[in-house]
Amino acid sequence: MNNSLKLNHFDSPKRKLIVPILLAVVALVVVLVLYLQNPAVTEAVLASMIRQSTPLILGALCGILCERAGIVNIGIEGQMLLSAFLAYMTNVWTGNLWLAVFVGLLTGAVLGLLLAFTSIQLKLNQIIGGTIINILAIGLTGFFYQVGMTTKGKISPIALPGLSEIPLLGPVLFNNPPITYIAILLVIVLQIVLFNTPWGLRTRAVGEHPRAADTVGINVFKMRYANVIIGGAIAGLAGAFLTLEAVGSFERNMTNGRGFVALAVMIFGKWNPIGAWGAALLFGLANAIQTQLQFMGTNIPHQFIGMIPYVLTIIVVSGFVGRSRPPAAEGEPYEKE
Amino acid sequence: MENTPVLETRNITKRFPGVLANSNVNMQLHKGEILAILGENGAGKTTLLNIIYGLYAQDSGDIYINGKLSPITNPNDAIKHGIGMVHQHFMLVPVFSVLENIILGSEVTKNGIFIDRKKARKQIVNLSNSFGLKVDPDAIVEDLPVGVQQRVEILKALFRHANILILDEPTAVLTPQETDDLFRIMRQLREEGVSIVFITHKLKEVLDIADRIIVMRRGEVVGETVPAQTNEADLANMMVGREVLLRVDRSPAHPGNVVLKVVHLTVKGQSQMHTVHNVDLEVCNGEILGLAGVQGNGQTELVEAITGLRKYDEGEVYIDEKPIPANNPRALVENGMAHIPEDRHKHGLVLPYQLTDNLVLCTYYQEPFSKHGIRNEQTILENASSLIERFDVRTPSPFVIAANLSGGNQQKVIVARELSRQVAVVIANQPTRGLDVGSIEYIHRTLVKLRDGGAAVLVVSAELDEIIGLSDRIAVMYRGKIVATVDAASTTREEIGLLMAGAKKETVLQ
Amino acid sequence: MAEESPVSNKLKRFLVNLSVPVIAIILALIIGAIILLSTGVNPLKAYGALLRGAFGSPIYFQRTLEKTTPLIFSGLAVAFAFKAGLFNIGAQGQLLLGAIISAFLGFSIKGLPPALHVFIALAGGGLAGAMYGFIPGALRSFTGAHEVITTIMLNYVAINITDYLSDGPWKDPAPSNIVARTQLIEESARIPFIGPVPVGFILAILISVLIWFVINRTNLGFEIRTVGLNSHAARYAGMKSKLIMVLAMVISGFLAGIGGAVETQGIVYRFQPGFNTGLGFDGITVALLGRTNPLGVIPAALLLGAMKGGANVMQFDARVAKEIIDVIQALILFFVTADMIIRWMIKARRGVEDEVTLTTSWGQK
Repeated sequence: MNNSLKLNHFDSPKRKLIVPILLAVVALVVVLVLYLQNPAVTEAVLASMIRQSTPLILGALCGILCERAGIVNIGIEGQMLLSAFLAYMTNVWTGNLWLAVFVGLLTGAVLGLLLAFTSIQLKLNQIIGGTIINILAIGLTGFFYQVGMTTKGKISPIALPGLSEIPLLGPVLFNNPPITYIAILLVIVLQIVLFNTPWGLRTRAVGEHPRAADTVGINVFKMRYANVIIGGAIAGLAGAFLTLEAVGSFERNMTNGRGFVALAVMIFGKWNPIGAWGAALLFGLANAIQTQLQFMGTNIPHQFIGMIPYVLTIIVVSGFVGRSRPPAAEGEPYEKE
Repeated sequence: MENTPVLETRNITKRFPGVLANSNVNMQLHKGEILAILGENGAGKTTLLNIIYGLYAQDSGDIYINGKLSPITNPNDAIKHGIGMVHQHFMLVPVFSVLENIILGSEVTKNGIFIDRKKARKQIVNLSNSFGLKVDPDAIVEDLPVGVQQRVEILKALFRHANILILDEPTAVLTPQETDDLFRIMRQLREEGVSIVFITHKLKEVLDIADRIIVMRRGEVVGETVPAQTNEADLANMMVGREVLLRVDRSPAHPGNVVLKVVHLTVKGQSQMHTVHNVDLEVCNGEILGLAGVQGNGQTELVEAITGLRKYDEGEVYIDEKPIPANNPRALVENGMAHIPEDRHKHGLVLPYQLTDNLVLCTYYQEPFSKHGIRNEQTILENASSLIERFDVRTPSPFVIAANLSGGNQQKVIVARELSRQVAVVIANQPTRGLDVGSIEYIHRTLVKLRDGGAAVLVVSAELDEIIGLSDRIAVMYRGKIVATVDAASTTREEIGLLMAGAKKETVLQ
Repeated sequence: MAEESPVSNKLKRFLVNLSVPVIAIILALIIGAIILLSTGVNPLKAYGALLRGAFGSPIYFQRTLEKTTPLIFSGLAVAFAFKAGLFNIGAQGQLLLGAIISAFLGFSIKGLPPALHVFIALAGGGLAGAMYGFIPGALRSFTGAHEVITTIMLNYVAINITDYLSDGPWKDPAPSNIVARTQLIEESARIPFIGPVPVGFILAILISVLIWFVINRTNLGFEIRTVGLNSHAARYAGMKSKLIMVLAMVISGFLAGIGGAVETQGIVYRFQPGFNTGLGFDGITVALLGRTNPLGVIPAALLLGAMKGGANVMQFDARVAKEIIDVIQALILFFVTADMIIRWMIKARRGVEDEVTLTTSWGQK
């Protein structure tokens, strides 16, 4: 019997790459032109883009791990916020920056554990579970935060020797805080793990067709717990970044919606780490341009510019920039009959 | 000991809330034999197999492999003991490739960290060649036809060195020809020393392929025999516990005018399996037209298009010469169509609603059930009470929610709702799927009664016997087209089977 | 076995359903007490101050009702959307737009008789919210974009828009004013009080009853509930699922918008950014605490409103940061929705009819 039904598969390898490659080429050309016109500003904007995109890509990676395993996580915002706060408090009390980062990771992981527990064990609707984490984070950080505490410093950028001397690319790419480098590393690592290792295969199976995975002896619950907790730690890293590297302090609600934008980054990136990275850069760019325009003082009211990332997110999730297909079994609690 | 069974269950008992699924089940499987477990829906066959494969835990009882007590608590244990299972609803990840599905859980790696696709591919090709199960390792599973997907499932088991193969209703989704193919593979596996248990409710198959037959009923083993010593009637009797009418009792039809007319209907689906090409259909009042065909040849899409649940790209639907707008179930209802849907949980009922609401699901907006947009709870209740009695729905009260009824009674609720209106056309899609014999007989009688009362009835079913038993005329669907329409009286089961498998009309019919 | 009569069965279910929120609240208060103890605060003193601050005097009581009123509307908005299977977290944004449009209509139109002016401003606020609810509803129906993300994004957009308007073209032109806010609305647009009870509160109760009636006794309500429980069956039944979802979001937005308008016209008498942030999530708590029942929303909102109203007194008297309220709220939400824990405690099984069916993924499938 004929089994070679060659259908126009929606995500055929060739079609997948055309759009991003085109976009990248266009972007490169634009960047070069702008650089030649005004090197200092271009450099500043691009450097800012990389920094702004860091929490977004980390948040998106968290979302990707969770959703690929079948758990919808809209509590990334809360994870980032509480991690930022606890990392900040650790910094205040001990001055040990790496300990603070660790605390951030731990906080994110614990909140991830909470989400996993409510979703898997209690079979609570995952969106409500994520909402609870968000409210909890707002409440706890608001309750325990007191103004006027001093931190003993922030993590400063590390310039990679030699590489940071390259014009344009140097200051932009190779003079960044360590967590930014870690983020880029994580993108590559997760891309490889998800698509080339047994762990990644099983994770994806558990998110697409958990019963199929169960019948070949994979522990669906264990896979989901593990991925959500690791994802949580990554979100915690984003929180630590916000407070320890970028700003060096804490404010109530300092995440300001980044956790939700990270979800859009994930969807835009079609649940792929590398795709999400591209999307994160895009959103980071929007933020960077917004700051730049405010600096330069244009006639456009700054609130309109402030709206851009949010409007962009809406456009993205409405599918106006391409169809997206989430993992098939996400959002539904797995029942062993 | 030469006669030690490769697989034996002793006194397996399993309870679910409200149901004794398996009760002291003793069965034995010998090496190199094909054992059939026969029983109607709900007899406990799948439960038993799920216990053997480690998906359920039995309440009591033991499993013995080659004479040794072997507790099986999860699929990994089963796999270790050489048991492989092919489920009725395939356990394949649709977006993965054949290769990825086969190695999932038993991945072939280099350095223990990365998946070694090349090595895996080689192993799969070797395996598929030695057993005659041809597959393309890199094809994406959701694009494959059902027969090929089943091969992938079998390969999955063989990849894990299974020598005991469990097949759950393997022929439910196959054409008669694909079934023959499967039986050929099963015989070859038997030659290689693989022992096979398979579940079915199809009497003919059992007599064809099995070496031994076990019959289950209501969770118990009620009989054991071999094909040479039994026949369909005997087996049916054992399955149900009484005389079973294997043919539907009916008198010849007296068809009148064309009531339902479908012209040039085309649905462009997302893949070839979901497309309908240029279908023409006519059903007259006073006749039953049966639409035969294996699942996945466009029947679902065709029925959805005719019943307004799906847009169609070309064509027209007429009831009594009146064209009906597409994508509008309400217009069809108002023009006298009744639709008993294929998936009663998805389309036919709102499970959390009480029967009162379910019974006015399609007519709630009309008087007397509501006026000026405000519901009249009294008339809704009266309607429910009356229908429950008329159609013999077994329920303690009209306020019970639909989810708490048995499958058969749920279907009765749908039938009650649809047929209590003045109907000109009835479309029944897989009307007896998953039901017990008693309910099946009831539904068949009801459909024949409707036809005798003058309605035009279209029955769509993947069960060839049902089509042959009920229909006055039979249309066969294959790859989205109607390949032939014949008079039921002048055709044979074999002819229909061939047409279902894509044979050309000219070669099949005289 | 004789089946119990439908009446006693319903009564039993009602009591069980009632006990779940009650126990949830008690559990949350206990854990809140533990947190307070950990910071060296006497929880009894804190809760006592909270209670006093909520109901202790006519002024406090009035403040509680003032806080409760927008919560009722926000809770109704979320509950109504839930019935259609939609998760409207955008009550915040819809409410803001309703508030500012109502303020605009309140200060820019002069010389109208009070009843008419109040009505116009309220209606305008409601319509603004309705339009803002239309956007995520339409996107959800026709592109599959999940309303969780779109409504959250629209919240931020609404904050930006209202910031701009109240700091720009609609800013209070009085020379003494420097902050971003609109001018006061006309007397004729203000909603009066009856003693300590804001008429807005009464309006909220009336509208709750009306919404209850619509959902349970009308065809529209039946359609919305069917779409929420099983959109496939709804289509089969001839209902226009997509339009119904949009309509549900429009009505939901309308309710939230009225909430904002009532706040403007009944309490603040102008639009000023920064009031009632987080109302979107509060609405979710209220809706779920009230079991998504429009009538249940009232006591749920009252509870939350009392906590918010009394929080200032608690902060002052017992020296407790008022954010403990947010923590308790999160805990209540947790226990109410993870009601399996509580049901296990009181050994009651969950019935299928008590499920709130929500979509769970990002759509576009």
